[in-house]
Amino acid sequence: MSRAPTGFRRERIDRGIKVRSDDIFALASLRDLSYLILPRALPVAALLLFPIVGRGISPYWQTVVLSTLVIALLALSWDLLASAGLVSLGQAFFFGLGGYTAGFLNSGLGLSPFLSIPLATLLGAALSTLLLFPLLRLRGIYFGMITFALPLLCMRVVETTGLLGGTEGLSGLTPLPSRTVELYVITLAVLVTAFVFRRLSTSDWGLVYQAIRDNDRAVVAAGFDIQRRKAQVVFLAALPAAFAGAFVTHRYQFVGMPAFALDYSTMPLTAAVIGGPGSFLGALVGAFLLVPLSELMREFGSLRVVVYSAMLLGFTIGLPEGLFRFAARKYGQFERLAPIEEPSHGK
Amino acid sequence: MGSEPFLRVQNLTKAFGKVLAVMDVSFDLPRGHALGVIGPNGSGKSTLINLITGFVRPTSGKVFFQGRDLAGLAPHQRVNLGMARSFQMARPFYNLPVYKNVVIPVSSPRSRKHMGGEFGDRDEAAIHLLEEVGFERDSAVPFKKAGELPHGYLKRLELARCLALDPDLIILDELFSGMSMSEIAGILPLLEKIKAAGKTLVMVEHRLRELFRVVDSVICLQFGEKIAAGPPQEVMAQKEVAEAYLGAEVTADA
Amino acid sequence: MGGLLASTLVYGLVSSATLLLTALGFSLTFGLSGVANFAHGGLYLLSGFTAWLLMTHLHLPFLAAAAATVVLVGLVGALVYRVVVMPVRGIHLAEVISTFAVGVAIIELFRWLGFTTYDYVLPVLVEDGIDVLGVTVDWQRLIIVAVALVLTLALWAFTHWTKIGLALRGMSQDEYTALSVGIESDWAAMLSLALGAGLSAVAAMVLFPLGIISINSGYDALLVALAVTVLGGLESTAGMIIGSLVLGFAVTLTGNYVGPRWGEVVYLGAIVVVLAVRPSGLLGKSKELEERV
Repeated sequence: MSRAPTGFRRERIDRGIKVRSDDIFALASLRDLSYLILPRALPVAALLLFPIVGRGISPYWQTVVLSTLVIALLALSWDLLASAGLVSLGQAFFFGLGGYTAGFLNSGLGLSPFLSIPLATLLGAALSTLLLFPLLRLRGIYFGMITFALPLLCMRVVETTGLLGGTEGLSGLTPLPSRTVELYVITLAVLVTAFVFRRLSTSDWGLVYQAIRDNDRAVVAAGFDIQRRKAQVVFLAALPAAFAGAFVTHRYQFVGMPAFALDYSTMPLTAAVIGGPGSFLGALVGAFLLVPLSELMREFGSLRVVVYSAMLLGFTIGLPEGLFRFAARKYGQFERLAPIEEPSHGK
Repeated sequence: MGSEPFLRVQNLTKAFGKVLAVMDVSFDLPRGHALGVIGPNGSGKSTLINLITGFVRPTSGKVFFQGRDLAGLAPHQRVNLGMARSFQMARPFYNLPVYKNVVIPVSSPRSRKHMGGEFGDRDEAAIHLLEEVGFERDSAVPFKKAGELPHGYLKRLELARCLALDPDLIILDELFSGMSMSEIAGILPLLEKIKAAGKTLVMVEHRLRELFRVVDSVICLQFGEKIAAGPPQEVMAQKEVAEAYLGAEVTADA
Repeated sequence: MGGLLASTLVYGLVSSATLLLTALGFSLTFGLSGVANFAHGGLYLLSGFTAWLLMTHLHLPFLAAAAATVVLVGLVGALVYRVVVMPVRGIHLAEVISTFAVGVAIIELFRWLGFTTYDYVLPVLVEDGIDVLGVTVDWQRLIIVAVALVLTLALWAFTHWTKIGLALRGMSQDEYTALSVGIESDWAAMLSLALGAGLSAVAAMVLFPLGIISINSGYDALLVALAVTVLGGLESTAGMIIGSLVLGFAVTLTGNYVGPRWGEVVYLGAIVVVLAVRPSGLLGKSKELEERV
């Protein structure tokens, strides 16, 4: 009756504990509970404790975590845009506009960081939405092309016109009170952004963007003004990015042309691709891998850019789902080789 | 207002470069009427629909809907006036479950205004609509990814997406193509019901026999020009129409 | 004649030709296979350094080195397709991201290797210059105009008259139909990338002699290619010519009459304004075509 298997195929099966803990009423034990809660609670707790504990460990690594969280914010912003089918190759655009707005508010109007950062977040996001609005009719790669060009062009505008300090930039800005405050401000921003974006993307509001990505004409045929919808998502995505720019401006007490640098476009892109687009948590995972790695390679100069370009390439081709989904799958499922049997033809 | 026709198409012309896709087409459509648009492939039927729904801008000519000039209105604005359309190429939102495909139009501005659409019951409304167009309620089909649906279901999904908008005018672009006889037989009563509810229908179709069971009148296009108009049998009896189809299934039964 | 007007005319033409030449490779690849090759700038820079290395280390004469570079970089283009684009073919955004990564990697690799000094120069073909309309122009700039003109015409002829060119164009318009008449998609796309890369090498050979081979010119080349193609409409040769004329003259005009560095700002304005008015570019047809389906 049973024949020798002709080969094996890989099959994935949900772990029992995942099946039990997917529905809250099936939580049978502390083990189930921790299976569900620990992977969510531990990173959050670590992030919230780090500003206090981290000082004792190493001030250097505190600055690394700061940079990581900045890139994480930009990566979250990238992910929200990508979920609406708008792939940005120029996160530095939002970052730079936020940074320069904060710089102007602080040096020009003398606002304190606690006013200029929130204001620059709003104004910077509004300004980027306004500038991008005419370009929102572009789809797919066209949008990518334009966003790649925008920050570089902004840089030249600043350089040429000498506006906002020109090549010198604006310096001597007010710093935030302390490293601990800095860390808490940016940590909270990352947590809030990740939480809000995740909730939004699974709501009916976010559903429309998934639909736009699949078939925008059908969304129009359902009576949606997709121009307006895209502007909304650009504004929302620009918020954390502009915040990051404003934050960094006050942290370095300086804003200049480097705010539009390519690094602020490629790092978030790479982080989001490594972690896996579409889940927001992937963007965080990617940032926490990429930025410390890049810090460790600081002495190699621009070779690190080559390394993360290679990572970007490797993940795009080799693991498009990204590390986060990959790990989540391993956590929730196990794999085994199942024998393939020749279908019997009634012989 | 009362004397205005429900839908008036006036000297509509569209040129793509040097090619005239639609040439000086006019017709009036009273409320509650069902109109069939027929013609051989490439005769400009889909372009005509795109012009009426605003997806393509006319080179010249006008469209009036419920007495209102639609010039310059974007497609989504026309939808919000009560015009729904399906697409010839049924392209669902592949990555979404089937019922979420209907949640999109259910949560659109027009449906929210018309049906209330209280938060939370949109999924239920969507599944109800799917049931109406012939999805089995208790099956798993509405919860599958739309990319996995067979063609006949995709067409019905298109119809459900139209109905979700509670439109006054429904424009169906080749709804029957790719459907089996039994599937069409299943959908005809629904179209009758839509008509009975006072909705106006425009159907572009190649399946004439089935079309004529629904529509009250027909216009026939060839090379972008309207060559005939009137009740189905009269139109089919005209020599130009027979020539346009030239040997194709001219003999839609009497 | 002479004076500012003539100078604007002559240098506007030269600068348009420069833009056109820089963008040609990118646009050809995009037009033929729909791949937006973001490695374009990297390949352009690679061409400059390859020719320099061939000349200094193998002591080849410039023309031989240039010819070898065009072939080599063309092969690199084909390789980029095989290794980088083919695995993600059809997912346009993954294509963009992966070619972008290749481009950045090439450019930053050279930066890391220390190719950042002023030593890297390619020789001009003919020294000196002549008077055109009372404006002194060096021969190299006239050669740029000639090369841009000849290449554009040649490409137009290639894609409209030769069998391979027509096949490639057919491919870009309808992949399935092309498949059914026996054009192999991967082969065609690889060829289009190789041709595009070769063209960017040609551009590098005539453009770099005007200055030094600087690392950032890699990014600039990509920027110019994007600006010109997006402005002109992505798949139209005439659009590209008009796009580069518009940008070239705008840059020269503002440079001459407003201030030398203001010309660069014009890019931003021009692109944003044109795209706001016509999303498919000045002569682009993609939108209309798509709506016709």
